[in-house]
Amino acid sequence: MMGVGLLTVVTFLPALGAVALTLVPRRRDDILRAGALVVTAATFVVSIALYAGFDGDSPDFQFDELHAWLPQLGVGYHVGIDGISLLLVLLTTFLTPIALASAWHAIEDRTKEFVVAMLVLETGMLGVFVALDLFLFFVFWEAMLIPMYFIIGVWGGGRRVYAAIKFVLYTMVGSALMLVAILVLYYQHGGATGMYTFDLPTLARYVLAPGLAQDLMFLAFGLAFAIKVPLFPFHTWLPDAHVEAPTAGSVILAGVLLKMGTYGFLRFCLPLFPDASLTFGPLIFALAVVGIVYGAWVSTVQPDLKKLVAYSSVSHLGFVMLGVFTLNQQGLVGGVLQMINHGLSTGALFLMVGMIYERRHTRLIAEFGGLWSVMPAFSALFLIVCLSSLGLPGLNGFVGEFLILVGAFQINGWLAAAATTGIIFAAVYLLWMYQRVAFGEIRHEANRHLRDLDAREWALLAPALVFIVWIGVYPRTFTSKTEATVQALIAQVESKASVAQRPIVPAIVAGAAFRPGRQPSRP
Amino acid sequence: MLVLDLLPPRRTKEHLGGVALAGVVAALLASIAQWGRGARGFRDMVVLDDYALFLHVVICYAAALAVLLSIDYLRRNGIESGEYYALVLLSTSGMLLLASAGDLLIVFLGIELMSLPLYVLAGLFKTRLPAGEASLKYFLLGVFATTFLLYGTALIFGTTGATNLARIAAATAGRASGDALLTLGLGLLLVGFGFKISSVPFHMWAPDVYQGAPTSITALIATGSKAAAFGALLRVLMVALKSAQADWTVLLWAIAAVTMTAGNVVAIAQSNLKRMLAYSSIAHVGYMLIGLVAGGVPGAGAILYYLLAYTFTTAGAFGAILMAERADGEEAVEVQDYAGLARRHPVLAATLALYLLSLVGIPPLAGFMAKFALFGAAVRAGHVWLTVVAVLNSAIAAYYYLRVIVYMYMRDAEGAGTRVAPTFAGGLALAIAAIGIVLLGVAPAPFVDLAQAAVAPLMR
Repeated sequence: MMGVGLLTVVTFLPALGAVALTLVPRRRDDILRAGALVVTAATFVVSIALYAGFDGDSPDFQFDELHAWLPQLGVGYHVGIDGISLLLVLLTTFLTPIALASAWHAIEDRTKEFVVAMLVLETGMLGVFVALDLFLFFVFWEAMLIPMYFIIGVWGGGRRVYAAIKFVLYTMVGSALMLVAILVLYYQHGGATGMYTFDLPTLARYVLAPGLAQDLMFLAFGLAFAIKVPLFPFHTWLPDAHVEAPTAGSVILAGVLLKMGTYGFLRFCLPLFPDASLTFGPLIFALAVVGIVYGAWVSTVQPDLKKLVAYSSVSHLGFVMLGVFTLNQQGLVGGVLQMINHGLSTGALFLMVGMIYERRHTRLIAEFGGLWSVMPAFSALFLIVCLSSLGLPGLNGFVGEFLILVGAFQINGWLAAAATTGIIFAAVYLLWMYQRVAFGEIRHEANRHLRDLDAREWALLAPALVFIVWIGVYPRTFTSKTEATVQALIAQVESKASVAQRPIVPAIVAGAAFRPGRQPSRP
Repeated sequence: MLVLDLLPPRRTKEHLGGVALAGVVAALLASIAQWGRGARGFRDMVVLDDYALFLHVVICYAAALAVLLSIDYLRRNGIESGEYYALVLLSTSGMLLLASAGDLLIVFLGIELMSLPLYVLAGLFKTRLPAGEASLKYFLLGVFATTFLLYGTALIFGTTGATNLARIAAATAGRASGDALLTLGLGLLLVGFGFKISSVPFHMWAPDVYQGAPTSITALIATGSKAAAFGALLRVLMVALKSAQADWTVLLWAIAAVTMTAGNVVAIAQSNLKRMLAYSSIAHVGYMLIGLVAGGVPGAGAILYYLLAYTFTTAGAFGAILMAERADGEEAVEVQDYAGLARRHPVLAATLALYLLSLVGIPPLAGFMAKFALFGAAVRAGHVWLTVVAVLNSAIAAYYYLRVIVYMYMRDAEGAGTRVAPTFAGGLALAIAAIGIVLLGVAPAPFVDLAQAAVAPLMR
């Protein structure tokens, strides 16, 4: 397809907006904010056309665009979306304007740099989700680090510099090895087929021989993604980055950035390295469960609201990883849906934590109590968001987690049961926190005259709430677009995985034959 | 140029800079016009093939940027003089000669012609102690290095009976490797070149010289002289000593790994930006050596591309440092001087940040594409582990480059802070560098083509 397609427009609209806004004088904060909001809102509107035009029955990449970029090396500008990336693109375009609007008053210093960074960041994130060329993907993947680095480092809290550097270095170490693996794959494929290309669909058709080389490449990709997810034990950058980032940064970080890790596993690790995915699947499965339980336990004891939400992300992303590595229909669809759910619920949680922080300039749970009597609207919405995050039936979290667990029980009942405790602990830490914040007597004078939500804050939360209920009641709007893609993905992994039996990674996993989807034993 | 200086003195000597710039630009245009029309002269001692021309373009860019940066800098620091531009141009001629050397004797000649003016220029701040140290150290070690080079040349002449690169190649072509004298000669050549490109363990002079020399000269030493020396090294190894490739590949593998690691690790500890960039440039030499280890058209082409990208980036970074000065008029070289720069001078801070990010290798900037081409060549040649060392090094390097950005954007200045002396010429230089970085990063295809076409003459 020639010319500039819809997907390119969606991806680069924010970047164009950023360029335009650099021309606005520095002191016109109002124009800068409004301009950025208009650009991101326009991006969202255009991206709805992607949803409308997307054929959910087809597992193929749609809105496909391919232009030569560096033809000498087989690098192309190749973008396209399938049912998985469609939802993530929509999530990104949906959350970015909300995050921008949340910073309307919170960020008064150097507004120009802030809005430009946010817009560039959006292009980077969208690029990651739409890129179908390993080189292009890597470019977006790395480029996106820099605006996030600035957002945390310039507009963050007290230890912002430490958190920003930690965030960048962790990610760079992971992606450095991924670059080597990309190159090795490129030359292996080129050497075997005579076609040197970074094109993902082409590479994905190539059956890589199982063995050490594939395992190492899987691990190199996997490390980059596992750090991003973050999968236990690579999660230590996350609490720092989340706590120090400004609210807008936290929303984007939790809502979109973490999904890049899980998306990476789906898009690259599974189709490119199916054997290694099966080999290391049990290990990742187990780490996911550890992350679920560990994240939940650590959340329970956090005195700081933002840290609590940050650790809860470790737990929730553990669920997503669990779903992905069940490698069966329910688990994968649940995993994809849970990515969206987590983006909505945790994004909303961070927004609301940010709202009370703006009022009280503290996030310590012990500083609150009895908010229901002074801020009833806030408290009611906060309850809904908490319930969504802990997976109450009827709200979005339930659908995703249920599907994931259905998938997981088919693989290993014991681990799935352990993961289920994560849901229980989620109820513990979220409701206990909620109780300490909203119920009881007002213990601090400063809390007595807090104002309730204003119109802007309502406008920020309402869209997320709509989708929280929508997905909870009628998830088919979204799952219908992904199911075909997921089926195709599973078929691809299974057909490519060699027939040869390979030993499972020793010791770590409690036994368990890991043969996805072949031994259905319903819970 | 010397004559012009003697003309009745005008109020300033800025016109000399203009003349020097015109000369460099003329050389640049002449090089571009020669493209594709190979020429040889002086009984094949000077080769003007596409390879040499590509290097000429790089060197002319480096010299032009250095001259542009000099014009205002000299006036501010009171070291304006006609000799300055004469010496810069003389040194540039040496670089150009070195890049087109087809004979080991011309290599020697080129290195001397390039280095001698630089020794003087490095000590231009006559009244300052670091300048004296820089000049003397550069001179002594430089002379030492050329002696090694000459000795190596002699040994190779002794074994092969030739100093011409093509004839050395012909003489060694049939031989089994393991000729002790030839290997020794090769080793000595590598020592000599090692000094000039400042690879470990011959890098000790670089930080002191970079720190003590006027910043515009530092930029020239770091870009032009490095490009010329690297270009000559590449030609000597790939043309003359191709038969000993197995020997020098092993050697360079180790040197590359050690050089980039040492450069990056020591750079972390530097608080003086000029010293930091010195160590960073050592690390970048380590990356470029990967291209030599990889060999072939991809490896050599990647080196040329890297040199081009590196020239823009490094000259830009030194240029940005040169524009910033402390409240007391001194040059701002400590990282603390840059605290809060983004608040007062957002454009300069953003430009410097761009150069630094390109040095880190963040896409889609020139530094990333260049690294990618190098690493690709290395993986292609099967040196996966060297590539792993290199990418981990890039991650280490991110730390100290980003630290400068931390100071510029995330800290506030104490006291009066740093001023900026904006000038048209300096601004032009920075703009050229910034455009080059973005262009090489976003639209690399034509430049990769050129670089690969340029190395073709070496592969025959």
